[in-house]
Amino acid sequence: MPQWLFAFLAALAIIGALGAILQRNLVHCVLGFALVLIDLGVLYMGLGAVTVGFLQIIVYVGAIMVLFLFVIWLLNIQADTGVRGGASLGLKLIGALAAAALAAELFVIFSHAPKLREVRTIAPSFGSVATLARVLFTRYLIAFETTSLLLLAAIVGAVALARRLAGQSAAVAAIPPRPGMRAPESRREVA
Amino acid sequence: MRRRAHTQSLLASDSGVTIELVIGAIKAVVIVLLVLGLTTLMLWFERKGSALIQDRIGANRADIFGLGKRLGMPNFGVINTVLADPIKMFTKEDFVPDGADRFLHGLAPFLALFPVIITFAVAPMGDILKIGKYQIDLQPANLDVAALYVLATIGIGVYGIALGGWASNNRWALLGGIRASAQMISYEIAMGLAIIAVVVTYGTLDLQQMCRAQGGVWFGFLPRWGILLQPVSFLLLLISGMAESKRVPFDLPEGESELVAGYFTEYSGGKQAVFMMTDFAEVLLVAVLITVFFFGGWQVPWLYRDGFHFPGGAAWPLPNLVVAILQFAAFWIKVIILSCLQILIRWTLPRLRYDQLMRLGWKGLVPLGLLNLVATAFVVVAAGGK
Repeated sequence: MPQWLFAFLAALAIIGALGAILQRNLVHCVLGFALVLIDLGVLYMGLGAVTVGFLQIIVYVGAIMVLFLFVIWLLNIQADTGVRGGASLGLKLIGALAAAALAAELFVIFSHAPKLREVRTIAPSFGSVATLARVLFTRYLIAFETTSLLLLAAIVGAVALARRLAGQSAAVAAIPPRPGMRAPESRREVA
Repeated sequence: MRRRAHTQSLLASDSGVTIELVIGAIKAVVIVLLVLGLTTLMLWFERKGSALIQDRIGANRADIFGLGKRLGMPNFGVINTVLADPIKMFTKEDFVPDGADRFLHGLAPFLALFPVIITFAVAPMGDILKIGKYQIDLQPANLDVAALYVLATIGIGVYGIALGGWASNNRWALLGGIRASAQMISYEIAMGLAIIAVVVTYGTLDLQQMCRAQGGVWFGFLPRWGILLQPVSFLLLLISGMAESKRVPFDLPEGESELVAGYFTEYSGGKQAVFMMTDFAEVLLVAVLITVFFFGGWQVPWLYRDGFHFPGGAAWPLPNLVVAILQFAAFWIKVIILSCLQILIRWTLPRLRYDQLMRLGWKGLVPLGLLNLVATAFVVVAAGGK
């Protein structure tokens, strides 16, 4: 990837990230976030990890961000009307601590990163589906399978919670009221 | 001197690069123009075909200065749909409702159309065409993870529809947008499972390689097309593809008898035309995917790189150019037939109810797709595949 392209994509990612946190309208924030995620996918592709780049776009932009939009609309969350500085001191403190930890982490990573002139070209098979699959199913097999198990547990949990909520509301509205008919006993009790 | 020689060799390689770029640009322009042209053709087929199905006459009035009538030509409504309708649409007032998100309202139609159009970049329109010393791959962009690319662009396609519904500041439109996002995410899973089964069968994500793998014959006469290997996947992709293109029987996001016009209620003029074009481009895209995965892509039965080899031993050698043209024509004819099939289904079935839609997607297609995938994987491993 040419250096100017990398610089452009990096700048675009920062603009998207700023858009995601600074805008008032939540839908605009989600779009800023989606821009960051597409941009990261393109960066991965440019750096040779083509498969990961496309998977990033399929999973995050194609599914998770759409779910974000869906939830925002479903819960009818309105735009933040904007009382600034409303967060409590404790929240600010925690935020500052987290930011400091992230900055320290980035500093350690960058100070250990190889110098630009030491960077070697990567093998052409790097980032191909075959390489990725081999690594996932040999070296990281346990981590990979544990993660899928975790996701499965999360899905089952979500379904169980949703079922219980649906069960409650179903008990309330078990029999729809019909005009000219007396409500059945159970319904009158609830009312 | 050495420096000059170096410059010259650089220039020579430069002109090679330039010609490659020109070839790439021509391929890109050809596919975009073909897609847009076929979109219009589908629009015509939809209007005139639906008239035939419903025993109406359909579009037959528009003419240019009465020229066709004076020459005694029958009017098939081509001028209506290809010329008069687009001109009418694009000269209508472009209306943005009060309280709408002006930026996103304007962006949404193009956000819907763009991912669909760029997906055609990996459509393999033919095998290798040799012109002089150049070997031109008739796939506009040869991507070895093309199947993932297709899934990624289809995934992005949801945004235009959903945002168009939201940005209109209209409840019908918002309901349409929410329905569209739920429907498209649900059916993308079935679509992905169908595509993965095909990928497992051929052991590649490259659409061009898949087409090549479908060359040759079984039992001496039967073309090795994918539909014979993956009939269940074919049904899954056809149904989920029709749901992705949001047309009857899956047109709940539009639902004109419930939601006025769904997500594009508040659109008029050119922007509405862009949404309409997106629909037809998606029909074409589904046809292209089905052609590539299940009907051999550009394969013509018994046509090989050096000409026809008919069952029974007869052979008819053909030059490379003729073979390439035949493959190109075969690909687009298959795409047109499959698009027309989708339009016929659209004018035959009634709309599903929302719970039926979700039941079909999650309780019908997804388990079927998973079963098909597991069965495919067993067969491939048992047959000693890669």
